[in-house]
Amino acid sequence: MTTILQTEKLRVEYRSRDFRQTTKVALVGLDLEVRAGEVFGFLGPNGAGKTTTMNVLLGFVPPTSGTGRLFGIDVRQPIARQRIGYLPEQTYYYKFLTAEELLRFYAKIFGLAYAEMDKRITNLLKLVELEHAAKRPIKSYSKGMQQRVGLAQALINNPDLLVLDEPTSGLDPLGRMKVREIIQRLKNEGKTVFFSSHELGEVETICDRVAIIHQGELKAVGSVAEISAGHENLEKAFLKIVGFQPSPLLP
Amino acid sequence: MNKIFALAGVVIKELYRRKDFYVLFVLTAVLTFAASAVNFFQDEKIIRYVKDICLLLIWISSLVIAIVTTARQIPAEREARTIFPLLAKPVSRAQVIAGKFLGCWLAAGIALVVFYFFFAVIASSREHTWPVVMYFQAAWMQWCLLAVVIALVLLGSIYFAAPSSTSTISFIVVAGIMLVGGHLNTIALSQPEPMQSVLAGVYYFIPHLEWYYLSDFVVYNMGCVSWVKILAATLYAAAWTGIFLTLAWLGFRRKNLTT
Ligand SMILES: Nc1ncnc2c1ncn2[C@@H]1O[C@H](COP(=O)(O)OP(=O)(O)OP(=O)(O)O)[C@@H](O)[C@H]1O
Ligand SMILES: [Mg+2]
Repeated sequence: MTTILQTEKLRVEYRSRDFRQTTKVALVGLDLEVRAGEVFGFLGPNGAGKTTTMNVLLGFVPPTSGTGRLFGIDVRQPIARQRIGYLPEQTYYYKFLTAEELLRFYAKIFGLAYAEMDKRITNLLKLVELEHAAKRPIKSYSKGMQQRVGLAQALINNPDLLVLDEPTSGLDPLGRMKVREIIQRLKNEGKTVFFSSHELGEVETICDRVAIIHQGELKAVGSVAEISAGHENLEKAFLKIVGFQPSPLLP
Repeated sequence: MNKIFALAGVVIKELYRRKDFYVLFVLTAVLTFAASAVNFFQDEKIIRYVKDICLLLIWISSLVIAIVTTARQIPAEREARTIFPLLAKPVSRAQVIAGKFLGCWLAAGIALVVFYFFFAVIASSREHTWPVVMYFQAAWMQWCLLAVVIALVLLGSIYFAAPSSTSTISFIVVAGIMLVGGHLNTIALSQPEPMQSVLAGVYYFIPHLEWYYLSDFVVYNMGCVSWVKILAATLYAAAWTGIFLTLAWLGFRRKNLTT
């Protein structure tokens, strides 16, 4: 099986700009490998380095050392991003545009032909159930609606690899189910999905493999069954792996 | 190139959907009309005076629009985090800079066309002549200058995160060059030695924005400027625009956008 996404000994240090010049190590030699056609869950507690990893893969943060590759191309080359779709965490899209205009703008960035553009935009708006709001400015959208615009925007180029940073955050149960359905559908179409999440229940149902990181280090990687072996469920295994001690009950 | 136009389109769309742009537009139009209404007598001096004020008003308004709009572009992208989904697509940072520049410059151009149209209608209704070519030259020179200013502000907006500080500093720099830039070489002559060379050096080293203010020609109906001079000034502005945009790109190219 071909490797679609790969990091090798990835290390990222953030240097603070104050006079002490303290450095914060966000990733410590991370090795990851995501293969073609799998749905890969990227787990870890808050501040573990999930977003940082994605930021390196997308070229926003230069690695201190080590490399990242997409489709075998070093992430420092913009061309590595031609076939990916990315959903960032908490983004406020251009408020003054409508969803339709936003998608059209991104479609132009990908250089899609006009006929193809219209077809995709209509389909995507239907997919994320925003047809009724397509002609309203995004500033009038609820949080969940904005998240769904984000998902539509990540799919505009019909990507082979999706990088989704907490795709279900801010969504109601119905919305979450829809996102799970969309991920499932993408998988059936042969796409690769790499996403981070705190919802271990949903990770259990849709992921082929998962990785757990903690304080910038890879702690476990494998199928859900492998990781939760010997534990009640994935959540218990996760808590054990990140070293969570249940606190004694208060008197 | 299509990517750059798509980026520019978003800039222009934002401008006409924001109210502050209209406020300035309407204000200038009203003031221009008011200024012309003051003039009941067909006195040449008063007409000149009114024209002078109107031109100055157009200059200030278009500078405000250009500087404030440009200073906001990249910081807003970072604040709203739209820069991330954008750069995750196959668009280079150079193209982002180019697109922002083009959008702001075209927007400034649209504003200029409206302003000069107002001006031409009012001035000509008093003077009963239509020196269209002269107006075109004045507007063109101003548009060239705005290209330099917009590129400069874009450069500033990469280093100063707050749009307000970028705007303020840009205003001071532009006003400073317009007011004293042209006299630095004469001032230099009256200074003692180290200062003289420094000032003379500065004179040759700054973009001479004051060359682009053709108000005297318009106010005194002096006729057209020679096209050779216009061409030279256009090339000079293009060179400075290129320099500032390149510097902006160099600063933006390796910038860590998450901090
Ligand atoms: N721009 C930055 N400057 C300095 N430190 C940063 C920066 N971004 C992240 N960090 C630090 O790097 C570490 C990893 O952060 P990251 O955002 O990757 O975590 P995460 O796994 O995405 O967490 P969450 O689940 O809360 O989204 C954290 O300790 C964070 O404080
Ligand atoms: Mg995160």
